[in-house]
Amino acid sequence: MKRRVAVVGIGHTDFNSMTPELGWKEFMFEACQKAYMDAGIEPREDVDSFITCAEDYWEGFSIFDEFVPDQVGAVLRPCCTVCGDGLFGLGTAYMQILTGQMNIVAIEAHSKISDLLTFGDIGLFAYDPIFERPITGPVERQHYTGSPSYTKESPKPLAGKTNEKERIHPYFLAGLEMQHYLEKTGTTEEQCAKVVVKNKKNAFNNPNAEYEANISIENVMNSEYLFKPVKKLDISPNVDVAIAFVLASEEAVKKLDVDPIWLKGFGWSSETPWLSTRSMDAKYATMASKMAYKMAGIANPKKEIDIAEVDDRFSYKELQHLEAIGLSEPGEARKMLDSGDLDLKGSLPTNISGGSLGIGNCFEATGLQKALEIVTQLREHAGKRQIANAQTGVAQSWRGIPSGSGAVAVFGRE
Amino acid sequence: MNRVAVIGGGMTLFRRRLLETGKELSFLATKMAMEDSGIEKKDIDMVVMGSAPDAFDGIHMKGENLLDGAAAANKPYVRVFNGGGTSVFAPIAGWWHVASGVADTALVVCEEKMGSCFPHPQTAFQHIWDPVIDRPLHPNLVWLFAMEMNRYMTVHDIKKEDIALVAVKNKRNAAGHPCAQLPDEKITVDDVLNSEIMAWPVQRLDISPPSDGASALILCSEEKARQYTDDPIFIDGVGWNIDSTMWTNRDLYFPRYVANAAKMAYKMAGIQDPRKEIDFAEPYDPFDYKELHHLEGLLLCDKGQAPILTREGVTQRDGDLPVCPSGGLLGVGNPIAATMGQKVCELYWQLSGKAGKRQIPTDPQIGVGQAWGDIMQMGTVIVMRRG
Repeated sequence: MKRRVAVVGIGHTDFNSMTPELGWKEFMFEACQKAYMDAGIEPREDVDSFITCAEDYWEGFSIFDEFVPDQVGAVLRPCCTVCGDGLFGLGTAYMQILTGQMNIVAIEAHSKISDLLTFGDIGLFAYDPIFERPITGPVERQHYTGSPSYTKESPKPLAGKTNEKERIHPYFLAGLEMQHYLEKTGTTEEQCAKVVVKNKKNAFNNPNAEYEANISIENVMNSEYLFKPVKKLDISPNVDVAIAFVLASEEAVKKLDVDPIWLKGFGWSSETPWLSTRSMDAKYATMASKMAYKMAGIANPKKEIDIAEVDDRFSYKELQHLEAIGLSEPGEARKMLDSGDLDLKGSLPTNISGGSLGIGNCFEATGLQKALEIVTQLREHAGKRQIANAQTGVAQSWRGIPSGSGAVAVFGRE
Repeated sequence: MNRVAVIGGGMTLFRRRLLETGKELSFLATKMAMEDSGIEKKDIDMVVMGSAPDAFDGIHMKGENLLDGAAAANKPYVRVFNGGGTSVFAPIAGWWHVASGVADTALVVCEEKMGSCFPHPQTAFQHIWDPVIDRPLHPNLVWLFAMEMNRYMTVHDIKKEDIALVAVKNKRNAAGHPCAQLPDEKITVDDVLNSEIMAWPVQRLDISPPSDGASALILCSEEKARQYTDDPIFIDGVGWNIDSTMWTNRDLYFPRYVANAAKMAYKMAGIQDPRKEIDFAEPYDPFDYKELHHLEGLLLCDKGQAPILTREGVTQRDGDLPVCPSGGLLGVGNPIAATMGQKVCELYWQLSGKAGKRQIPTDPQIGVGQAWGDIMQMGTVIVMRRG
């Protein structure tokens, strides 16, 4: 008989576009402390294992794992780093509990992306050095636009000899993939813009959101093309945040005074890293969702899932991911969008938190931001954006450009 | 909990391999492990990657880049990382994939490519320090470990000659290893003591060489293992533990994090008295004093006693407690995460009698492997048993 695993604690810092006054250690401390208080546990005694999700280049260290234990309460305890999105950490914790050797496991993921002066150039290091990086430049460009967070004053160490020669921003891949998605499904750029409008509007109901805005489809359509057809407002702006979760086995839940939200199924998968041979159809999400639904005993996700938080770091990604994880027929997500099914009162409320477009791109914490919203909704703590009578929710995440890896988690009240 | 078996291992030649990419090294090790076990790619459910700093290769999200070399395309795949501890931690991660019942078969691949880091992989270690407290001192790892070595020698009044014996033993042991980078059958204590001083008391031959290479292991459930072999080797205990980042606030003479990890692993494996029950050990030996330090951390001898065991020949391959029969990092090479080949694959090869020239003559039944990582703060321990 498989053990059941529940989320018993959640905690997070504010979501802010810049946090010069705080160090990453203070960030992690705040999120973890809130999660431990939420679960009513003492980390130095009750938590059997600690997991951080971090990637060296985002952190600016060679071995980030070194800097984890003190502020999360893991000194002289089992603690490790998973190089992946926060949902991969959640899955790792899930497996550790299923072994029977652990009862309570804490997971932390964060973004301190505002510390990075050269965001785009760091992103380029994720491309294969031999086959893919050469196509990224340096090339002639009139204006360096790059990431919305990249100001003209930022140093550009990888630029060519003159200011006119720049390396391409790594997000160019999103332009290629969006073009493929639009052609394949018949979705229009306006429909993608509608995702931006919806999510930024949803964000008004989320006190944590950093990028809420009351904008129109025209505003999105009129924003400049950065990676055609991706426009400036199609891209989720970066945000700083730390998020922590506490998972517990069923036996441990009984001893805690909490309202458990059960982690019913979990899946993750990776496509090939080669840009030239991958599907460009978010196949990673399809494979991960099949695994998660099977584990959760979900036969018909369209009927059984009440609420979804899917990765929307680019506007088209929300539609693409909804199709990939089986919540919409292929190419039909745009119709669900147009008919209002994805709205707060629709049949499948999606990214009600505001998503990455409304809250901000949380990098390795993106998956935990999605899970945070699902758990908050299932606990019925979501305030103005509460979905009535939600029983089962799904959180999906992707590791971002240029990876082909992602994870899916299914949560339920029972 | 499902009992987890090891049914195959692979390890590439350890050298500066500039002609091969990290993917190719991963592929070579993966192929060897698959051929060793007889399992095919389609039968592998999930893949775990172990690899140390991205800065060595200069590839951000290195795990993503390496995945197709490790047969992980279109499979659940995750990379775990805790510095040098990764070499034993990656198989621990593989263990929970199978022990939890989520996977039936898991492939663990560890890859490291330090050779492409110019001018020397030490430069990647300039970025492992606290930016406020440590970095202004411009420390490097040899400098740091010289302090730890000095502290260890001072507390127990250990002579440099006794520590050099470890380098001699391991480099001689490595003579039988087909992947070894620096084997030396004729090395003597004087050679070590006369080698160049790097940062006193660390001399050149006290240190393991940086290297490129990969290693792989195939783990599966007991039921599945019986289909492939009559004599599976089991992972019966795992442990990992981290100490404070603030290394300046700790007494460096004893690795208490290794002791905690060892206690966790021994408890899981049902080992009451490790000194009696464990037949051989593969402690992490990037520096010769570290083998002694870690033997004490693994609770295989009293504090300060490891140099005496070494001097008395107890830790030789034919001694009572063979230590680093593979040749360890000192002899075979130190491609950080890929040292899973010496620390975990070696346990499998020794326990299943496949170690060839390196085979321990006394028919070992239980072995322990250990690695050490981050800034002298991470201990990872694995206990493997025959049958």
